[in-house]
Amino acid sequence: MTGFLMRRFVAMIVLLFVISFVTFSLFQLGPADPAAAACGQECTPQRIAEARVALGMDKPFLTQYLTYMSGLLGSHMVGAPGAETLCSWPCLGKSFQTNEDVTTIIERALPYTLSMASGAIVLWTVAGVGLGLLAALRKGRFTDKLIVGAASVGVSLPIPVTGLLLLLLFVSTLKLLPFTTNEIASPFGAAGPGGWFLNYLLPWVALAVLFSTQYIRVTRSNMLETFGEDFMRTARSKGLSRRHIVFKHGARAGITPVVTMLGLDIGGLLGGAVLTEQIFSVPGVGFTAVHAAQAGDLPVTMAITMMAAFFIIVANVLVDIVYAVIDPRVRVA
Amino acid sequence: MSQHPSGNRDYWYTVPATHTPEHRRIDVPDPHESPSRTRRASTPEPSDGQVATFSSPESAAATAERRPTAEIATARSLLGTAWLRIRRSRIAVAALIVVALMVLFAILAPVLAAIEGSDPFTARTGPDFLDDFYTPGLPLSYYRFPSGEHWLGLEPGLGRDIFARMAYGARISLTIALLSTAVSVVLGTVLGAAAGYFGGKVDMAISRVMDLFLAFPHLLLVLSLTPIMQSRLRGTALDSGSLVPIASLVIILGFFGWAYLARVVRGQVLSIRQQEFVEAAQAYGASHRSIIFRQIIPNVMGVVLVYATMMIPTNITAEAALSFLGVGVKDPTPSWGQMLNAAQSGNWYLSDPWFLAVPAGALVITVLAFNLLGDAVRDALDPKSSRS
Repeated sequence: MTGFLMRRFVAMIVLLFVISFVTFSLFQLGPADPAAAACGQECTPQRIAEARVALGMDKPFLTQYLTYMSGLLGSHMVGAPGAETLCSWPCLGKSFQTNEDVTTIIERALPYTLSMASGAIVLWTVAGVGLGLLAALRKGRFTDKLIVGAASVGVSLPIPVTGLLLLLLFVSTLKLLPFTTNEIASPFGAAGPGGWFLNYLLPWVALAVLFSTQYIRVTRSNMLETFGEDFMRTARSKGLSRRHIVFKHGARAGITPVVTMLGLDIGGLLGGAVLTEQIFSVPGVGFTAVHAAQAGDLPVTMAITMMAAFFIIVANVLVDIVYAVIDPRVRVA
Repeated sequence: MSQHPSGNRDYWYTVPATHTPEHRRIDVPDPHESPSRTRRASTPEPSDGQVATFSSPESAAATAERRPTAEIATARSLLGTAWLRIRRSRIAVAALIVVALMVLFAILAPVLAAIEGSDPFTARTGPDFLDDFYTPGLPLSYYRFPSGEHWLGLEPGLGRDIFARMAYGARISLTIALLSTAVSVVLGTVLGAAAGYFGGKVDMAISRVMDLFLAFPHLLLVLSLTPIMQSRLRGTALDSGSLVPIASLVIILGFFGWAYLARVVRGQVLSIRQQEFVEAAQAYGASHRSIIFRQIIPNVMGVVLVYATMMIPTNITAEAALSFLGVGVKDPTPSWGQMLNAAQSGNWYLSDPWFLAVPAGALVITVLAFNLLGDAVRDALDPKSSRS
C-alpha cells in the first residue's frame, strides 16, 4: 500500500508540474501579444515595450516560467524596473485590470464556489444514488422507466436553460425565493445559515438536475450488475433479509464507481461552476474566470485554470486511494 | 458487438475466404433483414467483447463467384448494422427523425426565412414594433408571440425576427458542433490507433498527452483560450464575416475533445492488433501506415461512431455555453447560445419568456434527440454496453 501511495504521489507531482508548464506556455505563447493585452486600450509602441519588460517577457521563456513558479515558494517583487511592487506569497502574478495579487482575487472568490459546490454535491449525490437505487430495485416497472426517462431528459438540459427557467419560475413568477446576491459567502455570515441556504438553493438545484442524471445511470447499472453476481446469490441463500442484502452487500460493491465519479466531480467543481455562477451572479472562481477571460486578463485566467487542474489531479489520486480502501475486490500490490 | 465497415480492399488478401474464422457462421435468417438479401452473415455476440472481423462485401462476393461451394458470407456495412438495430427501437427512430429534421431545418434556413419574409439582421425599432413607455424595448404584445407575419415573434430590444435568427442560429450551432466533432474524431482515432498499434514509446508519449488533456479543466481552458484564438485568427484568411468566432470554436472544441475517444480507441486497438489479419498484413509486407488506416481503423469505426454520436450533443452544449458566456459567437451573428445570452442580458427573459423559450427549446430538443440517438447507436454497436 505504501509503495502504491508513493508511486501515485510522485506521478501526481510530475503531472502537476507538466500541467503548470503547459498552461503557462498556452497562455504566454498563445495570444498575439500579452504585453499589448496588459497595457490595455490606447497603447503606444513605447508603452508596449515597457509592459514587455515589466512582465519579464524580454527574458528567455524558461526563465519566465521559473520566475512564475518561484512565486509558489515565496513572495517576490514584480513589475517594471523602478516601479516594482510586492507580490506576496503565494504569488501567481498580478491582475492586468486591477493590479491586485491574483491570489487575493482567488481567495476572495473561493468561499462562494465552496458554498455552491458543497450544497450541490450533497443534493445531487442523495438524489442520484437514491433514485438510481430505486430504479434498480424496481427494474422494468413503471418507477424504473420514469426515473430512467427523466434522467435522459435531465442530461439534455444545458445549465443556462435550467438556470434561467428556475429563476423565471421560482424567483420572478412565483416569488418563492429571493434573487441570489453576492453578499452571502458562507453560512456563518450575517444572513445566517437560513439565508445562505435560500440564497444558494436554486444554483444547487440547477447543478443537481444535470449532475444527478449521471449518478442515476451509473448507480442503476452498477447495482443491476451487482445483483447478478454470485456473492449476492450466496447472501440470499443464507437467508439474509432483503434490506441487509441490498445495503450491506450490494451497495458496497455497486457504489464504488459512484465514489469515483463523485471524487472527480468535486475536483472539477472546485475549479468553478462557470455557467451556474454566471447565471446566478455568484462571484465565485468560475465567475471571476469568465470576466477575466472577457477582459483578456491573462494572469487571472491562467492562475484559475492551473488551480482547477490542480484540483482535478488531486481528486484523481484521492479517488484511486479511496477506491482501493472501500472496494474489497480491489487489491493493491 | 461490432462490425467494421466495408471498403477495405486489403482483406481480399489478408483474410482468404477459405479460412473462415470460427465466429463467422451462417445463422438463421434475421427476421428484420429484407428477404431480398440472401447472402448474408450474422454472428453470435462475441462473448469476450472482442471485435469480430469480416471480409468486405466486394471481396467476399468476388470470392463467392469463384468458389460457389464455399461458405458464403457478406458483411453488412457499419451503418447498415446500426440502422438495423436502431429501427427496432421506437425512441431511437423518433430521435433520428428529429435530428434529420433539425439538420434539414438548418440547411433550409434561408429558404424558410424567405418564405416567412424576414431575415435575421433587420432591426425593427420604434413605437410601431416595440413598447417605448412601460417597458422600453419590449415588443408590443402582437409581436411578442407567434403570428403569421413573424412566426416566432420579435426580439426585445432590437426587434429582429426570432424565427429567422433561430433558423440561422441552427446552422451555426450545428456547423460548429459537427465540425468540431469531426476534428476530435480524426485526432482521437488516428492518435489512439497509433498509440495502440505501435505500443512502447509512441504509446507512452501519446498516453501521457491524453492524461494531460483529460486533467485539464475543459470549460475553463476553452473559455480562456477562445478569445486568444480569435485574436490569433484576425487578419488571416479566415477573417471574413462571422468566420473568426466560428472557426475558433471549431478549433478549440475539436482540439480539446479528442483525448477520451483516443483512450477508448487505443484500448480497442490493443486487442485488434493481436488478431490474425493484422499479422497476415504484416507478413504480407504492408506498411505501418497501410495497416493502421486499412486494417486497424476500419475495425474501430463502430466504437468511433458511438463516441462521435455522443460527442455531438456535448459540442452543441459547449457552443451554447461559450456563446452564452459571451466568448463564442457574438451578436449580430445568431446561434442558440448567443440567443440565450441575449435573453439573459438585460433580464429580457423575465418580461418576455417566449424569447427564452425559443432558443432553449431548440437546444433541448436537439441535444435530447442526439443523446437518445447516441444511446441507441451505442446499444447497437458497442460490444461493452450492457444497458438492460
